Amino acid sequence: MKKLIALLLAVVMLLALAACGAEPATEEPQEEPSEESGETAGTVPADLKVGFIFLHDENSTYDLNFINGAKAACEALGLTEDQYILRTNIPEGQECYDAAAELADAGCSLVFADSFGHEDFMIQAAKEFPEVQFCHATGTRAHTEGVANFHNAFASIYEGRYLAGVAAGMKLNEMIEAGEFTEDEAKMGYVGAFTYAEVISGYTAFYLGARSVCPSVTMEVTFTGSWYDETAEKEAANKLIANGCKLISQHADSMGAPTACESAGVPNVSYNGSTLSACPNTFIVSSRIDWQPYFEYIIGCVINGEEIAADWVGTIETGSVVLTEVNEQAAAAGTAEAIEAVRAELLAGERHVFDVTTFTVGGESITSYMADVDTDADYTPDTEAIVDGYFSESTFRSAPYFDLQIDGITLLDTQF
Amino acid sequence: MNKRNQGPLVHITKRGVMPWYFSWGVRGAAIVLALIVCAVVTTLLTGENPLQIYATIFKGAFGTPRKIWILLQNLAILLCISLAITPAFRMRFWNIGGEGQVLVGGLATAACMICLGDRLPNGLLIPIMVAASIAAGALWAGIPAFFKAKWNTNETLFTLMMNYVATQLVAFFVIVWEVPKGAGKIGIINQSTEAGWLPQIGDSKYLLNILIVAVITLLMYVYLNYSKHGYEIAVVGESERTARYVGIKVDKVIIRTMLLSGAVCGIAGLLLVGGTDHTITTTIADGRGFTAVMVSWLAKFNPIGMIFSSFLLVFLDRGASEISANFGLNHSFADILTGIILFFIIGCEFFINYRLSFRKAAKKEG
Repeated sequence: MKKLIALLLAVVMLLALAACGAEPATEEPQEEPSEESGETAGTVPADLKVGFIFLHDENSTYDLNFINGAKAACEALGLTEDQYILRTNIPEGQECYDAAAELADAGCSLVFADSFGHEDFMIQAAKEFPEVQFCHATGTRAHTEGVANFHNAFASIYEGRYLAGVAAGMKLNEMIEAGEFTEDEAKMGYVGAFTYAEVISGYTAFYLGARSVCPSVTMEVTFTGSWYDETAEKEAANKLIANGCKLISQHADSMGAPTACESAGVPNVSYNGSTLSACPNTFIVSSRIDWQPYFEYIIGCVINGEEIAADWVGTIETGSVVLTEVNEQAAAAGTAEAIEAVRAELLAGERHVFDVTTFTVGGESITSYMADVDTDADYTPDTEAIVDGYFSESTFRSAPYFDLQIDGITLLDTQF
Repeated sequence: MNKRNQGPLVHITKRGVMPWYFSWGVRGAAIVLALIVCAVVTTLLTGENPLQIYATIFKGAFGTPRKIWILLQNLAILLCISLAITPAFRMRFWNIGGEGQVLVGGLATAACMICLGDRLPNGLLIPIMVAASIAAGALWAGIPAFFKAKWNTNETLFTLMMNYVATQLVAFFVIVWEVPKGAGKIGIINQSTEAGWLPQIGDSKYLLNILIVAVITLLMYVYLNYSKHGYEIAVVGESERTARYVGIKVDKVIIRTMLLSGAVCGIAGLLLVGGTDHTITTTIADGRGFTAVMVSWLAKFNPIGMIFSSFLLVFLDRGASEISANFGLNHSFADILTGIILFFIIGCEFFINYRLSFRKAAKKEG
C-alpha cells in the first residue's frame, strides 16, 4: 500500500512539475547542480537519514516548492523512502526546535528547515547536536553565529526577478504600441509581504528589469504584512489596479494577486511557480528558486564528509534560479528570446542587476553604501556593498540585504 | 384520516444517577467504537493497515524520552489553560477568552524580557515577569467580568472579542520588536544572554513547567472543592438568585473569579514565553484557549479529571502528527481521526445522561 501512496505522490509531483511548465532553456545545468560538491561520486550509506521541516504543507506554494525540491533531490541521489522524513506544518516556535531534535533523535545526520522564523530554533538545536548538520533557507545568522554545524542558504533570485521584469517591460511596450496607454502612464504594481530586505531586493530587481526595456516605467508597491493572506493580497492587487497600474507582480505566497489580475484582465508576473492553469489569459512568466541543487549539495556533503558552506547562494549557473515557460498567449512577442539574451549577459557577468549607473536614490547616483549584513537588533550598517560599480547582492551572506529605496518606485504604505 | 396517537419513534428520558461502572462502561465502549470507525475510515481512504496507524499514534506520543517530555509539556500547558477557565465555567460564566488571556500574559512576559533583559539580573527580572504576566491576564479577563457584573453584558461575546484584540496587540508588538527590520518575526528573545529565561531543572527543558502546573492543579482542586470561594462559585453557578438570597455578593464573586481565571491564563503565557518558546507570535497559544473549553467540559469541571481529558487530546494530537510524518499523509487526515474519536467521546455523555426508548411495534399507550 505504501507503493500506492508513493505512486500517488509521484503523480502529484509530476503534475506539479508539469504545472510549473516544462522548465525552459533557462535550466540546462540540471545534471551538474554544483560542480564543487561532487556528490555523484559518493554512494549513499544505508544508515543515512535526512530530515526536512516545513512551515506549512503542500497547499502553500512556498512550501510546495521546497517539498518538490526535497523529494526530487532525495530521489535523484538514490535515497530510499525510509531515508528521508518530511515534517510539515511546523510553526516558528518551540515546535521547530522539538521537531529538529526529534529528527536528530531519529538518526538524521542532516536537518533542513525552510522558513525564516525557524532560524533561532534551528541554531538552538544545532548547539545541542554538534554531530548533526542543520541547514536553513532564508536565514541570516550562520556567518556570524559561529556554530560550525549550522548553515544558511538562499538563491540570487533577484536575477530571476530581473529577468521576469524584462518580460514585464516588454509587455508594457507592447501595450503602449497598441495604443492602450501612453508611455508616461506605464505604471506597474507590486504586492509585497513585509518591508524586509528580501522583498525590497526582489521588487527593485523586478523594476530595474522592466525599466531596462521600458525606460518610462514607474512602480507602486504595497505591503500586506503576511506571507500568506489570500484576501489581503487580492485586495492589494485590486487597489493597485484601481490606482492605474497596468501590470502586477507579487512577493507573497497565495493566489490572491494572480486571481485578482485574471478577473481584472491585467497581466501578472508571478513567483514560486506557474499560475498558468488558474490565470491562462494574464499569466506571463514566473521566477522561482529550484531547491533541488542545494539539497543535492548538502546531502552530498554529508555523504562525503565534506564541510557545508556557512552561506550557500544558488545562482542561474547552479540551476537554482529558474523561470517557468513564458505564456505566449499573454506575453509580448519575442519575450522568451529576450529573456534568454539577458540571461546570457548576467551569466557572463556583462550585466549586473544592481548596476549603480541604472538607478538613483533621492535623485543622486550612489557610489558607496553600507549594508546591514551582520544581523543585530539596531540594524547597524557594517559592510560596503558597492563593488566594481554595482551593488553586490547575496555575496557577503546568502540572504538578501539590498534595502535602498530607489527613484521610480513609490511605496504606498510601509507599516509592515 | 385515521389519526392514532402513536407518539414519537424515539423517546428520550433522563436517567437517574447511574453507578460508576455503568458510565465508565459506556465511555469505554465509545472509545472502542471510535477506534473501529477510525480503522474503517483509514482503510477505506488510505489503504493503510489500521493497526499500524494505532501503533504509530502510540509511538508518536511515547516513542522516545523526548517525545514523552514534549507530550508532558503540551499536556501541562493545555491543562494549565483548562484549569484557568474552569472556575469561571463552574460559575456558568462562559469564558472563551482563554486564548487572548494567554496571549497578553505572554506578551507581558516578552515585554519584560525585551525591555528589561539587559538592565536587571534574572533574580529580579523573573519576579517582575511573573507579576506582569499575571496582571496582564487578570486584566484581560477582568474587563469582561466587570462589564458583566455591572451591566450584565454577554460574557461569551465579550471574552471572544477580547481574543481578537489580544491577537492584534501581539501582531502590533511583533512589528515593533521585529529583528531584522521588516521580517515580521521576533525570534528567540535574549538567545545569547538567556535573560528572563525561566531556570531549567536538571537536563529537562520542560520539567519546571510540568511541576508548576502540577502544583496549580492541586491548588485549584482544593480551591474549588474545599474553600469558601469555591463554594460561592458553585452557588452562583447554580442560581444567582439563591446566591443573592444567602447573602453572597454575586458581582464580587464574578469579578474575583474571572481575575483568578485570567491570572492563571497569564501564568500559562508566562510558561510558554519565559519557559519554553522564548519568543512571542500571534499563534503561540495555538488554539489551546478553545481546546481548553473542551478539556474542561469533558472532565465535568473536575481538575483531576482534566488531567485525563487533556492527556487524551494531547496524545491524539501528537500521534496525529506522527501519522502525517510517517505515512506521508496530510495533517488533515490525522485531524479527521481526532474528530471521529472526539465525536464518540462527547456523544457518549448523552447516553450516560439519557435513556433512549424506542416505540414498541405493538401499541400499548393508554
